[in-house]
Amino acid sequence: MNWTAIRLTLELAALTASLLVLIGLPIAYWITFSRRRWKFLLESVVALPLVLPPTVLGFYILVAIGPQSPLGRFYEQVVGHPLPFTFEGLLFASVLYSLPFAVQPFATAFDQVDRRLIEAAWTLGASKLATFVKLVIPLSMAGIVTGFVLSFAHTLGEFGVVLMVGGNIEGVTRTVSIDIYDEVQSLNYAGAATTAAFLLAISYLVLLGVYGLNRTMWAAWPQK
Amino acid sequence: MAAEIALDFRKLFPNKLTIEVRLQVPLSPPSVVILFGPSGSGKTTVLRCLAGLERPDEGSIRFDGERWLDIEQGIAFPPQRRGLGFMSQDYALFPHYTVAGNLEFGLGDVPKADRPGRIAEVLNLLHIQDLADRRPSQLSGGQQQRVALARAVVRHPRLLLLDEPLSSLDAPTRAHLCVELRGLLKRLAIPTILVTHDWEEALALGDQMVVMSRGQVIQQGSPQAVFSRPVNQEVAHIVGVDTILPGRVVGETEGLLTVEVQGRRLTAVADKGLGPEVFVCIRAEDVVLEPAGTGTTSARNHLTGTATQIQSVGALARVQVDCGFVLTALVTQSALLDLGLRPGSPVRAAVKAGAIHLISH
Repeated sequence: MNWTAIRLTLELAALTASLLVLIGLPIAYWITFSRRRWKFLLESVVALPLVLPPTVLGFYILVAIGPQSPLGRFYEQVVGHPLPFTFEGLLFASVLYSLPFAVQPFATAFDQVDRRLIEAAWTLGASKLATFVKLVIPLSMAGIVTGFVLSFAHTLGEFGVVLMVGGNIEGVTRTVSIDIYDEVQSLNYAGAATTAAFLLAISYLVLLGVYGLNRTMWAAWPQK
Repeated sequence: MAAEIALDFRKLFPNKLTIEVRLQVPLSPPSVVILFGPSGSGKTTVLRCLAGLERPDEGSIRFDGERWLDIEQGIAFPPQRRGLGFMSQDYALFPHYTVAGNLEFGLGDVPKADRPGRIAEVLNLLHIQDLADRRPSQLSGGQQQRVALARAVVRHPRLLLLDEPLSSLDAPTRAHLCVELRGLLKRLAIPTILVTHDWEEALALGDQMVVMSRGQVIQQGSPQAVFSRPVNQEVAHIVGVDTILPGRVVGETEGLLTVEVQGRRLTAVADKGLGPEVFVCIRAEDVVLEPAGTGTTSARNHLTGTATQIQSVGALARVQVDCGFVLTALVTQSALLDLGLRPGSPVRAAVKAGAIHLISH
């Protein structure tokens, strides 16, 4: 088994899921509570990675962060090297790729928080931010954990986007799924099998955790 | 300018009723104002507009000279800035906080060190000290009601808004808590607006009463005035009790109370928690009419008087009997014929002691 690839993949997945909690919570909040008529535009953009082929998404990200684009040039000026084919570039792509897997469970959980509780908090003098932190987030914890774990698991199995944006650099951007592909290409089926089994086991355990945890969490916090 | 709440706003619901409210409520001395009306009359919407949870389409709300809302000027205070105690019908207690935590939620502006004292004070006031560490899911309906009320008053609000505070409770608990709520509102002395569709609550709790129907205010006055002198048929129908008279308990024997109403004495079944001043409520269908001068019956109250007004209501007739006070009776048309009743005829009205309902005044 390629332990370097496994470590790199877990690191990428953990960082992606953590960043998605930071970015996803405000996006999900806005999607859930905004009354703007055009909010469906953002909803659709967030959901795009669900339907877009990873290669297409990867291609656009590659172009967007490449040295030809303003974003890519800006990054290169600040950091000193270009973004594509680095771990940071891969992380950026992963965050975009897994965005719906975090934002949708967050938004669903927010939506299930009783509006009357939120209104009660407002009349008690709590600001919108305080209400979000002290009321909405705690009552949505099951959905937030679900979003974290799903985006973690989704990043573990990512292939097309990694190949497009990260390439295949040992210890930098070679993730487990690419390692398996490489093994098969070089006809090393035994190596591919162990790594594949490992990925399957991790993914299954993660999902087991989500569904098991959700059950106890909902039992602990009856909504009504 | 005297301290008052002045509402003057309209809220439009497409294809539904328009709520149009013009209302002044004095703030001192602090009183309890009842917003009364059938469901769908818009009373809850008015309360929510006052709380800042809903925004009218036109008009203004002023509170003691403060402009809470002025649509033309683009002023709309959010609920946070209005200094309210708001209690919704279903209490909306936060399930993930203890009772003490729920109360502390409203004390964001109070220094941390002062909070436990404030919480203990209110818990004592409502006799729920021993519930402080419980979660809402571990409380009975009556306990939840008290906690919700405690949470609404712990921040010393300038205005207390209560949306059907007793309606989610079972009948015995409701009767008991109604008496308790009355005492509490008197002690708190916070201007209060209370929404209800229950006339017993309105009589027991209100100093002032505002009757709403189809989005409009149709009568405003003391509960006594509204119930005894409804301005029109609609109000009379909405308030739904036929005879309501102020009375005074003058004696008690063997579980029966003697109540004096405008010089006449009535016997009623004793109830707990009644002061000497009461409202005597009698439904028209509980009044039996007999020819004047008949013998005794099982009914405890016999009142001789004169029929003053007879109004047909389908197979039934509504008869006003003047027997020192005006009593309304609902009898069948055939009974009317048997009795040979016409305006001016002498008649005797009988009411069982159990049919006389007393409400603390």
